[in-house]
Amino acid sequence: MEMLSFPFMQRALIAALIVGITAPAIGIYLVQRRQALMGDGIGHVALTGVGLGFLLNTSPVWVATAVAVLGSVVMELIRWYGKTRGDLALAMLFYGGMAGGVMLMNLSDAGSSANLGTYLFGSITTVSPEDMTTIYVLAALVLAITVGLRRQLFAVCQDEEFARVTGLPVRLLNLLVAVTAAVTVTVAMRVVGLLLVSALMVIPVAAAQQISRSFAVTFVTAVAIGMVVTLTGTTASYYVDVPSGATIVLFAIALFVVFTAVAAPLARRRAGAPAAAGEGCTLEVPGSRTAQDDVRV
Amino acid sequence: MKDTGQPVIAREAAERPAGDRSAVIELRGATASLGARPVLRGVDLTVRSGEVVALLGANGSGKSTAVRSVIGQVPLTGGDLALFGTPFRRFKDWARIGYVPQRTTAAGGVPATVREVVTAGRLARTKLGLLRKADRSAVHHALELVGMADRAKDSVNALSGGQHQRVLIARALAGEPDLLIMDEPMAGVDLASQEVLASALREQVGHGATVLLVLHELGPLEPLIDRAVVLRDGCVVHDGPPPEAVGQHALPGHDHVHPHADAAAEPLRTGLLS
Repeated sequence: MEMLSFPFMQRALIAALIVGITAPAIGIYLVQRRQALMGDGIGHVALTGVGLGFLLNTSPVWVATAVAVLGSVVMELIRWYGKTRGDLALAMLFYGGMAGGVMLMNLSDAGSSANLGTYLFGSITTVSPEDMTTIYVLAALVLAITVGLRRQLFAVCQDEEFARVTGLPVRLLNLLVAVTAAVTVTVAMRVVGLLLVSALMVIPVAAAQQISRSFAVTFVTAVAIGMVVTLTGTTASYYVDVPSGATIVLFAIALFVVFTAVAAPLARRRAGAPAAAGEGCTLEVPGSRTAQDDVRV
Repeated sequence: MKDTGQPVIAREAAERPAGDRSAVIELRGATASLGARPVLRGVDLTVRSGEVVALLGANGSGKSTAVRSVIGQVPLTGGDLALFGTPFRRFKDWARIGYVPQRTTAAGGVPATVREVVTAGRLARTKLGLLRKADRSAVHHALELVGMADRAKDSVNALSGGQHQRVLIARALAGEPDLLIMDEPMAGVDLASQEVLASALREQVGHGATVLLVLHELGPLEPLIDRAVVLRDGCVVHDGPPPEAVGQHALPGHDHVHPHADAAAEPLRTGLLS
């Protein structure tokens, strides 16, 4: 446990743990409303924010947060109003965000390709004490929303039309999901990088739903998986010299495979009782029934 | 049994007192379009407190659009709408309305139990507040009404089509609404589930609930229905007693209802056969 004696590793592990909790916590709502790739899109847009931060010589994390929030609100507006060809509009936004980020980074003095890499793929060991404050504040916000409003967000993401008729402020809640996802992306940016951020939002949820029947259990399991893979991934990257983001994501995928393998026998056992009791189908011999069998009405 | 040409079963609806009752839904000269196509072309629809009104019509006649405009999901391009006597723009009392959307599944992208889905219906009452004991018991009662209490902990993914529909109706009932609006609640529902839903509805109506429902055919709900409104091409072509089933078709257990117009009346194309 000598790695815990290094302050940079302490920060890395805490940051990783926070991302492991927050990313699946908001990701589950995106998966529920079948927008698993929205986190990916926000990540692309956030890159423009990073580039802008470098160009303006201000904190890339805060500018990235602002741009990602703006981008997620635009995506939400496209979802409301642009029913036709909304997917193309989103594609423009994603790739525009990516290209803009690379361009702005190149125009700035401080931004170099090495710097770009740390944002694209994460650089957990370079998390500074100031970054930690940002991460704490943003993570507290994400958790307050995803846990505190879980019933409301569940209803909106399960059946939006029904939720509107219950009188819930559906547009506001949808915006809240989008903004929370954007904030989570920028929190996770240093840990797994903008390109892999969506993986931590989606894969723990996908793994958890293999073995669960309820939303509550899926939520808790996904967060637990997120915590396990971020901690083990970060630890592994300390002992073996491998990039933390990629390690975390590969661990998550490995867990998904394990959960899927476990799920099949589990589902069979749950459904087992009635199936075992029932016998095979019986074939009715043609002509075994006559007209007299019919009940006269 | 001898065919007397008279309805054999007494119409339950007729046994309820008419009285003078306030309008729960009042739609006047409603027009609406989907894209460029006009779907409602001046629809008048009044549903009074305690009434059970069926909206009938062929596919594309505008019946689904009509109910969705009543709950504000399709904006009206013209005409007036009032709910519980309040103009729609000022209407805020959504807890009084239980809505069953036209769905084939109650499932989303993440597993959820029957109870979790039905509890979402309670949000009409709790809004952003906490779930209290009374809320839990309302959810349980709604599950019992549709005969799904024993499946409360099961995933909705594991249900049959009819059970999905029962869950969707329980979700609407969980808010203990005064007005139930259902869009084809019987679509794709097996006969056993249809009977369960009919009895759940009967219980609601017995407690004074008002019901507006879109139906493809009257089926087991027929005895409950006070009035049928038939739409054709976005216009009301019939507003009165439901098309009566006579003779063989009126016997219990016969779930098809065919349009039997009086010889004198112009034949109605209700879409019941389509």
